[in-house]
Amino acid sequence: MFVISCPYCGEREQSEFKAGGEAHIERPKQPTELSDDEWAEYLFMRKNIKGIQYERWNHAHGCRKWFNMVRDTSNDEIKAVYKMGEKPPSV
Amino acid sequence: MSTNSRLKTSKFIDETSRISFKFNNKTYYGFKGDTLASALLANDVHLVGRSFKYHRPRGIMTAGSEEPNAIVQINDGTAVTEPNVRATEVEIYEGLEASSQNCWPSVNFDIGGINNLLSPLLPAGFYYKTFMWPASFWEKYEYFIRKSAGLGKSPTQPDPDIYEHQYIHCDVLVIGAGISGIMAAKTAAKNGLKTLLVDEKPILGGNTIYKDNEDTSINNQTPSKWISDQINELEKLDNLEIKKRTSVAAYHGYNYLLARENLTDHLPIHERKNKIRQRLLKIRAKKVITSTGALERPLVFNNNDRPGILLASALKRYSDLFGVACGKKNVLFTNNDSAYETALSFINKGIKIEAIIDIRENPNSKLVKKIEENQIKIFKGYTVVDTSGYKRINKVSIMQLSKDGQKVVGNKIEIPCDCLGMSGGWTPAVHLFTQSGGKLSFREEDQVFIPKIYTSKQISLGSCNGDFSLDSIIKNIPGQLKQFFEINSTEFDNLDIESNEDLSKRNIWLLPSDKIFGKTKPFVDYQNDATAKDIKLALREGFRSIEHVKRYTTTGMGTDQGKLGNMHALGIIADTAGVKMGELGTTTFRPPYTPLTFGTIVGRNVGEYFDIFRKTPMHDWHEQNKAEFENVGQWKRAWYYPKNNENMHQAVQRESKAARDSAGILDASTLGKIDIQGTDASEFLNRVYTNAWSKLAIGKCRYGLMLNEDGMVYDDGVTTRLDENHYIMTTTTGGAANVLGKLEDYLQTEWPELDVYLTSVTDHYATASVCGPNSKKILQKIIPDLDLSDDNFPHMSFKNAKIDGVKCRIMRISFTGEHSYEINIPASYGKSLWEKCMEAGKEYNITPYGTETMHLLRAEKGFIIVGQDTDATLTPIDLQMDWIVSKKKYDFIGKRSLYRSDTIKEDRKQLVGLLTDDPNEVLEEGAQIVADANKKPIEMLGHVTSSYYSPNLNKSIALGVVRGGKKMLGQKLIIPMENKNINVTVSDPVFLDKENKRLNA
Ligand SMILES: [Zn+2]
Repeated sequence: MFVISCPYCGEREQSEFKAGGEAHIERPKQPTELSDDEWAEYLFMRKNIKGIQYERWNHAHGCRKWFNMVRDTSNDEIKAVYKMGEKPPSV
Repeated sequence: MSTNSRLKTSKFIDETSRISFKFNNKTYYGFKGDTLASALLANDVHLVGRSFKYHRPRGIMTAGSEEPNAIVQINDGTAVTEPNVRATEVEIYEGLEASSQNCWPSVNFDIGGINNLLSPLLPAGFYYKTFMWPASFWEKYEYFIRKSAGLGKSPTQPDPDIYEHQYIHCDVLVIGAGISGIMAAKTAAKNGLKTLLVDEKPILGGNTIYKDNEDTSINNQTPSKWISDQINELEKLDNLEIKKRTSVAAYHGYNYLLARENLTDHLPIHERKNKIRQRLLKIRAKKVITSTGALERPLVFNNNDRPGILLASALKRYSDLFGVACGKKNVLFTNNDSAYETALSFINKGIKIEAIIDIRENPNSKLVKKIEENQIKIFKGYTVVDTSGYKRINKVSIMQLSKDGQKVVGNKIEIPCDCLGMSGGWTPAVHLFTQSGGKLSFREEDQVFIPKIYTSKQISLGSCNGDFSLDSIIKNIPGQLKQFFEINSTEFDNLDIESNEDLSKRNIWLLPSDKIFGKTKPFVDYQNDATAKDIKLALREGFRSIEHVKRYTTTGMGTDQGKLGNMHALGIIADTAGVKMGELGTTTFRPPYTPLTFGTIVGRNVGEYFDIFRKTPMHDWHEQNKAEFENVGQWKRAWYYPKNNENMHQAVQRESKAARDSAGILDASTLGKIDIQGTDASEFLNRVYTNAWSKLAIGKCRYGLMLNEDGMVYDDGVTTRLDENHYIMTTTTGGAANVLGKLEDYLQTEWPELDVYLTSVTDHYATASVCGPNSKKILQKIIPDLDLSDDNFPHMSFKNAKIDGVKCRIMRISFTGEHSYEINIPASYGKSLWEKCMEAGKEYNITPYGTETMHLLRAEKGFIIVGQDTDATLTPIDLQMDWIVSKKKYDFIGKRSLYRSDTIKEDRKQLVGLLTDDPNEVLEEGAQIVADANKKPIEMLGHVTSSYYSPNLNKSIALGVVRGGKKMLGQKLIIPMENKNINVTVSDPVFLDKENKRLNA
């Protein structure tokens, strides 16, 4: 079980958090302009990387804030956490 | 019973406190400090069980948690009975009753022993090959297999003991209190670090605590004296906590570990009352030191499993710690010097050694010479080729090994004995290290896997790290600790160590016999009866991966997880397949390291504490009025209120009729309520609901449908505009938390520019829903000064009001199709509101109804229940709810998905009404719907989602989803049941009052 450093609250047990899938997938601003394939790309396609992955987490049983995390999925090492809207750090 | 094998030389046994216990219904005596194993051995009892597959007689093999054979049932027939307990770990107490497992009718005469004679017919994979085909026969085989297999009996009564969980945060966790762990814990604590030291045994000090042979010394003291002084000092340190009888079960990432602390199992039964039996420790440590020691390896030779065959180190522990001589005529069999340590102890205590068989051709350490000087016969370059004795070993046969160790030569020599101690060298206990994600490397010179790459802040110290000699432990550990703790010195920097240990070893994984291989029984996994033959057979049949060989032969799959035999299995695979062990790797070690009780795992979360349950403010009233409850999410909701022995059907029929004929009242407090405020609240609702919200007037209510981005219905509910920038949204009972989470997600991540604040107020309000033609009169009695005329307070509107001075919100909304009001009042007034409604409604026979009646009433009106009539595969169009999807709005969650190629298909499952030809026939929810029951295979068109007998329509009604159902109005379909086909007609899903006249009645 990870120890996750919420950007707002600091270090907390993983059991306080909820994972929210791949990060930096922006909801299209004009969905009606998109073809079925383009919309499906947004809706369904996720990477599921072995290695460095950018992902969304929510401090569900804490401040309820969403934030982003960079995690190496091969050994669960958390490389960085950063607030929504912030630029992803390069690791 | 005489304790005829007890020596009078152990300081660890309290010979003043005699304890009686029973084993297989016979009374024996032991002393305080004994384990069940040591007490049995002291009574000369070696035969304790039968093996799993062949039912061979088995005895105690080890003195620790790695024990594969001596697993017993404790206190059989009582509520606290426990199967599969290792006799080597049970501390005896007055009244203990233990019995053998896996034998019937008794351990001395066991019917299953016939399997031993049949063993040529029970090779590896036997069960897979024989019983899996033909598949239809499995049920017949299973009965017999289950009867003759299985280890122990699970208890049949609820566990009366108390368990608990405890979180521990520490700077340093030290696992194992042998010499390495003691040095580490002391150094950590003395450097100001909050330290926890755990050990699975009741005595600290590992093997060193009884190491008092004169050839070894630390600072000119015997190791046992030195370490007991260290332990005395340790126990006085403030920031150090010591937990004995505590076994680390799991080592997860980020230094999160689970351990089981045993608190009362060693106490007499009467001293356990009201005490916590076991504790699950959830430990988060900044740094972890693993000093779990090493496990002695057995040797793999023909018939190496008889009672009386033990590990040499176990013989030493029994004699030095427990004062028990396991045999009167002992033979030692070894490939390294460890057995000579045992020999030295035996010589010092006057225990007779018949011979030592050493597979090394020329062992010549100082220790070996010393033993030779004591006139002990050592057969060098010899191996045991066979043993005999059914229930106890009585003889070993030995022969000389060839130079290459592949075969035996010369004459067979037979040595009578009653105990054989074997040592195949040592295996570092790296189980926890690998659980943590650590990677091992293979050390060729002595054929061991040792820790190499750590994935968290941890180190392995001592013999679990491959440092097997006291000498190297003492010399290496100070440096390792200094580096790990980033300190300049330790108190152990300049210890004097005197030791003659020699680590030379001749490693032969499978020792040869004079018999042909096929006629031998060299056991690798004792508990699962897997022999070297089984492993070789698996390889011959094409298995290569060690994980596959493991499963096929069941090697390492017992309750001991093959702690003793796994390395031999790997070695035999490597030798046979001609690959290097380092390349083969190990099988995966999985938690728990030793078995855990279910009690420990669940802790206090049993009975009513198994899960949280939520009660509404009116709950007590429902209980007093004999309501039956149903679980909805974590809520306990009133289901129906049976009167005069009514069954559920009768109660629901009565409640449903009363609600439509006069007045009904429902506790709707569990509906999710989200308070929405902010200047962009209207825009936010526009984006999350399918319909338009900007033009909703203040004081009005609107039903909304919420979709996922994939266009599927997610939740629904009524939202009320309380003020210009203030709404209150209701959600389904089960969906409340998820809806709030989803809305927060969009607000924070997609639309951070919106000025909107969401607050869950579900628990803040109690809600009573009063419905029926007389609901208006009842409400008027409660709030006389509120104008309830349709002009002032029409359907789908809201009013602030006061009841006895308490502010409340009243919505005129309806889920039943009746004229109805939802009264929301601060939660603490919920019960008095309810009672007030009941009192006011008395003259109108106001009838409390539960969720079942609510479901029936809304089904009459064709209102969906999200999660019952929908299952995340239905769009609003599929539900025939096109009216709620705004055509004008540019975007809302899920809009784009409503015209994907897949969602516009005409043959999607769509919601329809179903009327049975026989109006008294009520369909089963979940039943399949077909058009043609004769054409095979029958094509399934859909299923029934809701079904009731309607007392207001006097007929059966149902909702269902049917492929292309929208176009099937009036069409006949079939519900095929086990014994009959039921004919139905597709109808409009609204069965009652399609014109909504009743809403304003
Ligand atoms: Zn937080």
